[in-house]
Amino acid sequence: MVDPVTLAVLKGRLEQIADEMDATLFRSAFNPIIAEAHDASHGIYDAVTGATLVQGKSGLPIFVGAMSFAVKTVIDKAARDGAPDDGDVYIFNDPYDGGTHLSDFRLVRPYFRDGELFCYLASVGHWHDVGGNVPGNYNPVATECFQEGMLIPPVKLFRKGELQQDIVDICQANSRQPGSLYGDLNGQINALDLGVARLTALLDEYGAKTITGAFVELIARAAQLMAANIADLPDGTYSCDDWLDNDGIVDEPLKIALDLTIARDRMTLDFSRSAKACAGPVNIARSTTVASCYVGLKHVFTDVPANAGVLEPIEIITPEDSMLCVSAPKPVGGYTETILRIIDVIFGAIAQVAPDRVNGCAYGTINALSLAGHRANGQRWVMFSFFGGGHGGNPEGDGLNHGNAPISTATIPPAEILEAAYPVMFTQWALRPDSGGPGQHRGGLGAIYEIELLEEQADVFLFGERGKYAPPGVFGGGSAAKTTFGFEQDDGIHTPPMVSKMVGIDIRRGQKLRLETPGGGGYGDAYTRQPDMVARDVQLGYVSLDAARNAYHVAISSTGAVDEAATAKLRATAGK
Amino acid sequence: MSKQGNLVVGVDVGGTFTDVFFLDEANGHCRVVKVPSTFGDQSIGFIEGLKKGSDSLAKIATVVHGTTVGTNALLEKKGAKTGIITTTGFRDVLEMRRRDRPQTWGLWGNFEPVVPRDLRLEVDERTLADGTIHQAVDPDKVAEAARTLIERGADSLAIIFINAYANNANEQAALEAARAVWPNAYVNTSSDILPEIREFERTSTTTLNAYLQPVVASYLDKLQAALAKDGSAAQILIVQSNGGVMTIETAKSLPVRTALSGPAAGVMASAYIAGEAGFDNVITCDMGGTSFDVALVAGGKSALAPQTSIDFGMVVRTPMIEMTTIGAGGGSIAWVDRGGLLQIGPQSAGSNPGPVCYGLGNDHPTVTDANVVLGRINSERPIGGKLDRLDVEAAKAAIKRDIGAPLGLETMAAAEAIIRVANSRMAGALRLVSVERGHDPKNFAAMPFGGGGALHAGALIKEVGLKSALVPRYPGINSALGCVIADMRHDFVQTVNNPLVDMDIADIDRQLVALGEDGLARLDASSVNFDGRDVTFELDMSYVGQTHTVDVPMALTISNGSTGITREAISAAFEARYREVYGRPLKGIAMRVLNLRVAAIGRRSKFDLRLLAPDPDGTFEAARIGSRDVWIDGGWHQAGIYARLDLPIGSAVPGPAILEQPDATIFIEPDLVGIVDEFGNLVITRKEIG
Repeated sequence: MVDPVTLAVLKGRLEQIADEMDATLFRSAFNPIIAEAHDASHGIYDAVTGATLVQGKSGLPIFVGAMSFAVKTVIDKAARDGAPDDGDVYIFNDPYDGGTHLSDFRLVRPYFRDGELFCYLASVGHWHDVGGNVPGNYNPVATECFQEGMLIPPVKLFRKGELQQDIVDICQANSRQPGSLYGDLNGQINALDLGVARLTALLDEYGAKTITGAFVELIARAAQLMAANIADLPDGTYSCDDWLDNDGIVDEPLKIALDLTIARDRMTLDFSRSAKACAGPVNIARSTTVASCYVGLKHVFTDVPANAGVLEPIEIITPEDSMLCVSAPKPVGGYTETILRIIDVIFGAIAQVAPDRVNGCAYGTINALSLAGHRANGQRWVMFSFFGGGHGGNPEGDGLNHGNAPISTATIPPAEILEAAYPVMFTQWALRPDSGGPGQHRGGLGAIYEIELLEEQADVFLFGERGKYAPPGVFGGGSAAKTTFGFEQDDGIHTPPMVSKMVGIDIRRGQKLRLETPGGGGYGDAYTRQPDMVARDVQLGYVSLDAARNAYHVAISSTGAVDEAATAKLRATAGK
Repeated sequence: MSKQGNLVVGVDVGGTFTDVFFLDEANGHCRVVKVPSTFGDQSIGFIEGLKKGSDSLAKIATVVHGTTVGTNALLEKKGAKTGIITTTGFRDVLEMRRRDRPQTWGLWGNFEPVVPRDLRLEVDERTLADGTIHQAVDPDKVAEAARTLIERGADSLAIIFINAYANNANEQAALEAARAVWPNAYVNTSSDILPEIREFERTSTTTLNAYLQPVVASYLDKLQAALAKDGSAAQILIVQSNGGVMTIETAKSLPVRTALSGPAAGVMASAYIAGEAGFDNVITCDMGGTSFDVALVAGGKSALAPQTSIDFGMVVRTPMIEMTTIGAGGGSIAWVDRGGLLQIGPQSAGSNPGPVCYGLGNDHPTVTDANVVLGRINSERPIGGKLDRLDVEAAKAAIKRDIGAPLGLETMAAAEAIIRVANSRMAGALRLVSVERGHDPKNFAAMPFGGGGALHAGALIKEVGLKSALVPRYPGINSALGCVIADMRHDFVQTVNNPLVDMDIADIDRQLVALGEDGLARLDASSVNFDGRDVTFELDMSYVGQTHTVDVPMALTISNGSTGITREAISAAFEARYREVYGRPLKGIAMRVLNLRVAAIGRRSKFDLRLLAPDPDGTFEAARIGSRDVWIDGGWHQAGIYARLDLPIGSAVPGPAILEQPDATIFIEPDLVGIVDEFGNLVITRKEIG
């Protein structure tokens, strides 16, 4: 057993290795989804089980739970096809075993010490384009994964240190952005090289026995910490249901339902009442479901570390026919929307038993918007970005305006960078009034992005959510505003028939797109919000006069101050 | 400005003390004065310090000042009421940030922009990314918006138009219109402050500059007036975050450049002291009450970072000494989490109430408490002079209860565990700036300054694999000393954002020359005497398609109105730099130049550090003032106690030893030795084996 002091030291050293791998890829990646949005992750994994031993702090949160499945896939492959050699690196993007979607390419490298397999290092990054029907791969109308992009099973990118150029050629030939792909792939290889060098130095310093002991001990302690957190909550079953607008193919809502049971220091997350596998791309593999449960719980129990121990006291139930447990070739390209909803129902369930631990739901969609076309010189351009929204009100105060999605730490590219790179002009990049859910602590505001096309023609698609079902508040807080999307045509403004998802939008020079994103849900009853806070919200334009009156039951006089008498009357007759 | 006296004075206003370093350029004498800092109005303590060190302020030729007035105004959000005029559709850029959140895990926490929404107004105008004016600005509309902001109480103004980095015509027109109605000089345009692509970073920097102008200018006016009143015509220079100084007039118009003024001066002093002592590569370590700040000096030069966040969402993008901060200071609290792991920070007792041993109300054990319990800090004679003695027993009790009991360790072992984990956190910060940037720690020395850093320097040598540690003679006054030796520096940036193959190289050359000459003209205008001047050129470059850039230094000089830059030289310099940073240059991908960066540096004369050297009459024996038991590696060891300032040149102090001086304590571990060099610095290295 490793003494507690050495353990604390090694914890920091190991995390630093994973963090440094993250940083290397972020800085050298080509595509902004990795470089700016940090849609990537690195870690160290168990040689036998693939369990996460250490994961970087700066990578995409959702990968923290998913990567162990990817490593396990390689371990199983090796068990079938022969043990890996030192210097091998596997590459693949199969989402059914490794989690997430086809855009995420994983590199898994066995690490040898004294001729023995010691552990695995892995790198995952979201590539700009991996083929399929639409540039950027968020195909809202995919019915099979084959329409979403190329699918590479686990194959050896390196054999005993030798790069297999054939594999690189195949990948590049299947992408609309082969240069970007090549740059990102090299960044991932560099990150793994660096991880190997750093881990070797650490092993030289402490010896394999101590490091192995630390791995075991760190996982045990994470499990102990998570169990202690669960034990703080009263026993019982708490349920929360929420819906996705549709799957992009059939316009019917899809239920995501959670029954969360606390039994002393164990927790069960039962998703059995959720919708069956659907035709469109909002299905997810079980590994993705597990990963998103981890993210949801870590947002509530922020002190638990990023290793496999955290999930030890937790059971997750997903029936085999569920949309949360699909296998090939069910489409999974829009996995982000579904996992955001899983996080929302986790907040909603815990809010019933421990409202002091959670917040109103965040905006709950990444709103992938793509514009593509050709310049006058024939050169192809693809602008693909995710857009922000509000965070939920919480026990400490109002929600954050215009934050990033809970599954990521992505920053948005500046309008000036987008305008310099693509033939577009933003005519609005603004906060969206009245989009935050009302509450004692108001939800943060979503945004309005309005984009005018400066070239002859562009094809546009949107993959969004929360167009029909608004982000809910908790503890009595109200819902936020829903997503709206409008696109200009010769005869005026149109909206997508499926509200939040559409492909094949054809716009012309001078025509505009307008995306309005949801805010966050409120926290606590809106009638209890201090009237002068409501007056301030009105003065700053966060809340309209109408909403102040109807949602908060506060009357504002012509000077902008609270009309005390009228407010008292409104709040009395509101029945609260 | 005529110079009457011979004194050059460095002033650093810290959280507790104002340090003043006097150098008499006529006879080379130096003197150090410490007076309590005065809050509310720092200029009172400032002038008091000057008077304490010099019988007549008229003798002072130059005062160089590292100020925290700007930093504090930012941290405490106590800047001026500021208004923004911006492009229609973009009033919320400041508040929307880059769509980030305060922490990765946990979705709480909010952001309050320094300019509220009702003081951010829009006017119709538009410039496109290529610099085309899509819609000209109407000056009347700008004047109207400015008048509205004045009515709403705004004291300073920031004009920020989209794509103004590519063409500043609309901003210039708006500036003229606003100046005509604005009651003071605090009117800023983003193309003046930061002509660089990325609207949030430019908006934040420009806004924070406007936010600081009235505050910093009024402070500096007060200083000037106070000096004048006492018959001084001294020139005042202000230290910038980039470690260079600027004139007081520049500081009033560009106060955002003082965001890290104080710490930057400390790093400059370290770089100079280290260089004189023969150390070109050091990592400076400043251990305060709540944080541990490290900065890298490689090849005698401190690394510059392009931007920093003062707080969540408060981005300042101006070149600044690159500092890495972790929450492990003397006041950081040690605790055991529910998984049974020992943790240090991020909670901190700071300096008030401070560690348990201060007896001021905190009962959670801190790093300083562990040092006291282990005997490494003298509980009978604490540094700083604020307290008479430290309560060892209280510190022991807290460590036993909070750390020893849950971990099953004896109290002394628990105290040592705290130090070990704290050392490893600090080592992590050192590794971050060295190993992670491709530097081999074997070629670097740790250079602690501040009061507590030297307690941990020995451990850091071993943990990180450094060559040695270099403890300056006066670790507590490093920043004041840094003021005296800092060079004058002006940084410029201009976005070009073009593929290298498409660039008009002659035009780039003209821009570089213009920026360089602007810098030299500013040096001339300062009326400071320089030993020499340098203009340095750097390009921010990437492969086409990458969003992050690398800084590519270009070895250029201006002669006959040209830098002689060529496309081939740019390409070669980029490949070399890319290989250095990432290992693998990429084949067949076009290169892009995002920004031009030019710095003009006026080298100020340095003073001979031997002036600070120990008294030649001192002896090693006289400096040894006793011994005391210190807990090291699981047992008590008798350590020699030395009066650090009395140790003569060449003294070799074998560990275990404690060296004490009024504002710092140095701990030499048993397997290390400390040697006093010719300047009075202490060089700590491993004992020779055998």
